[in-house]
Amino acid sequence: MSIALKIVWAFISLGVVTVWGLTLNGIVHKIFARVQGRLGPPVWQPFIDIAKNNAIRTAITHGIMFYLGPVFRIAGGIGTYMFIPVLFGSAYFSNFSMSGDILLVMYFIFFGQLGMALGAGEGGHPYSAIAVSRGLAQMTAFEVPFALSIISLVVQYGTLSITEIVAAQQGSFLNWTLFTNPLAVIAAMIAMLGMNMYNPFSVVIAPQEIPIGPPTEYQASFMGLLATNRGIFAGAKLVLYMNLFFGGATNLPILMLKTFSIYMFSVFIGAAYPRFRTENSIRFFLKYPTILGIISVLLFSL
Amino acid sequence: MIDNEINYDSEPVANAGDNSSNPTTSAYPDWRKDDNTLTNAGLPDEEQEWFCDARPQPARKSWQPIEDFLNWARANSLWILAFGTGCGAIELRPLVTSRYDISRLGMQPRPTPRQANVFMIGGYVSIKTLKRIVRSYEQMQGPKFVVAVCSCAINGGMYWDSYNTVKRIDEYIPVDVYVTGCMPRPEAVLAGFTKLKELIKAGKAEGQNLYAEKFDWYKENQKKVIKDWNMPDYNW
Amino acid sequence: MEQLYNNLSLQFELNDFMLRHGTQASFIAKREQLVSLLTNLRDIHGYTHLVMVTCVDWLEDKLFQLTYIVHNHHDQSDIIVKVLIDRDMPEMDSIHHLWEQGRVFQRELHEMFGISFPGSPGQDEPMILEGWQGPPPMRRDFDTKEYCEANYSNRERDSREPEEHMQRKLYPED
Ligand code: SF4
Repeated sequence: MSIALKIVWAFISLGVVTVWGLTLNGIVHKIFARVQGRLGPPVWQPFIDIAKNNAIRTAITHGIMFYLGPVFRIAGGIGTYMFIPVLFGSAYFSNFSMSGDILLVMYFIFFGQLGMALGAGEGGHPYSAIAVSRGLAQMTAFEVPFALSIISLVVQYGTLSITEIVAAQQGSFLNWTLFTNPLAVIAAMIAMLGMNMYNPFSVVIAPQEIPIGPPTEYQASFMGLLATNRGIFAGAKLVLYMNLFFGGATNLPILMLKTFSIYMFSVFIGAAYPRFRTENSIRFFLKYPTILGIISVLLFSL
Repeated sequence: MIDNEINYDSEPVANAGDNSSNPTTSAYPDWRKDDNTLTNAGLPDEEQEWFCDARPQPARKSWQPIEDFLNWARANSLWILAFGTGCGAIELRPLVTSRYDISRLGMQPRPTPRQANVFMIGGYVSIKTLKRIVRSYEQMQGPKFVVAVCSCAINGGMYWDSYNTVKRIDEYIPVDVYVTGCMPRPEAVLAGFTKLKELIKAGKAEGQNLYAEKFDWYKENQKKVIKDWNMPDYNW
Repeated sequence: MEQLYNNLSLQFELNDFMLRHGTQASFIAKREQLVSLLTNLRDIHGYTHLVMVTCVDWLEDKLFQLTYIVHNHHDQSDIIVKVLIDRDMPEMDSIHHLWEQGRVFQRELHEMFGISFPGSPGQDEPMILEGWQGPPPMRRDFDTKEYCEANYSNRERDSREPEEHMQRKLYPED
């Protein structure tokens, strides 16, 4: 397949994952509402919000980094997604996975957050600064178990390429990493709780305490961009997790089913638990999931 | 919900008692570059640089069918900035609980003026709050709407002879919908929001453009009652 | 309580003792002795909590009555000390060195009644009335209605009988 065609297909799959990610967000809001005994917003509410935010007639800026913050964020989201094979064995939905490996993807996951931190810092609002410091602290904490479980996987499969990791899990579902390396999966799933920023690790955006975290000063189409990125990033993360731990997918319905169930894991926990404070969550991340990660690395390298 | 008719040609509200010399307009140097910019006369010298001196401009509308679609989107995604100025603000809390649940209408409370579309004023407005109201209102972006809850915001309510309560806020910021009652039930507030949605869909809620067009009138009214004007003339 | 009052009267000039609910005593003290009386109550008799300081305007007698309420946490009793000061030259000793929060009350009294407490920190800063230019508004000779009419515009009131109005609105045909 020529590179031009590949680019076209990559963007088509980007569109698919954006829509799917935003729909998932809508479903999640609905679930949270039902847990609280409310009716909840319609599932397509994220799309309306994006349309409205982009249609706002005035906008203000605080400087060049303020502009670049959301751009970095969405670049991080797209970059993460672009190097993940979406459907195993499909020529069309594999993005650029042949030219990047898992380390690049890990880098992109954190790239966006760092860019956002710089941009939000320039907004000058004290709440942004508080939220940024909390966010970065928590991010470094959950990065440890996540990186450990990735290392464990790399040792287990002896490769850095995501496509090969997926290929090794094909066949029966007993070949999934979930069953061959359960400790690493548990550590990574706990890290995902922190990544998704639902309870108990939602102190970064703590809606009742510091208004809405880093994007306090962002408005209008900046908000639209950030909201779009929520969809892309959620989709990309879920596809990555599905590929690494749950055997990948060979067609779109399977992909939707698997990503939905992976997402529901963190949503159910989020709906049921109260919130950690920053120092509690850092301690938590550096304790149990880290220990599990270290054990799983040791198991496979010894 | 009452009709909102103001005579913009009328003299700005009342005279400021015996203090006719307004300290904010005379005691400071004129910083204006030309007639179209604002003086920001109330600010001390070292803060002049921090604030912008452009005046608000009426926004252009897009092509009508697109505008209709956008109005529909705006009406279905109202983000509320609730300013609990008085006792009526307590009625917003039941709205987000499971009994009334405004989130099913696409609304959600928003803690920062930057991202909100609806400014909800909950009750009587004193001079000190009016200052904050003006500032928060000017910091909101885009087509912005104001819902004033409670009788006190309409005609003073039970504070009709108070020394410190302004009696009608539509002289200081443009108001789209009023909800009467002391205090209004959550159902009444919901009815007010429904009315606001109708207005937005019909393209009639253009408070922002009104504010930009009648800017001088509004500013003059504001400065009449806020006697120590120590903030920028327009901040956004 | 009565015993406490009798003990205190040996030391201070007090009168008009009144006891309510068994735990709430009130009496009038002399202006000059107030600070030492409060110090005495706080340090010796255990009235460690300043509940509030407020003021009553006796316009006809040309007096301000300052009311200090202190509370004892051990036997849950209150003492209300009243002091009468001249209305034309309202000045009172500050108690902010006894209770930190005293200065907030004094700032408010300064703003609302124009009573000055020399030495009380920050008493000239506006508390509620930012940029206020009229006379202190809580004095009884201040006419709020007149001030309000001079400064704020009015909107015509139009009152409706709710029952009739809703009937006309909901069922316009009958
Ligand atoms: S109308 Fe009644 S409830 Fe509302 S602010 Fe005024 S006094 Fe309070």
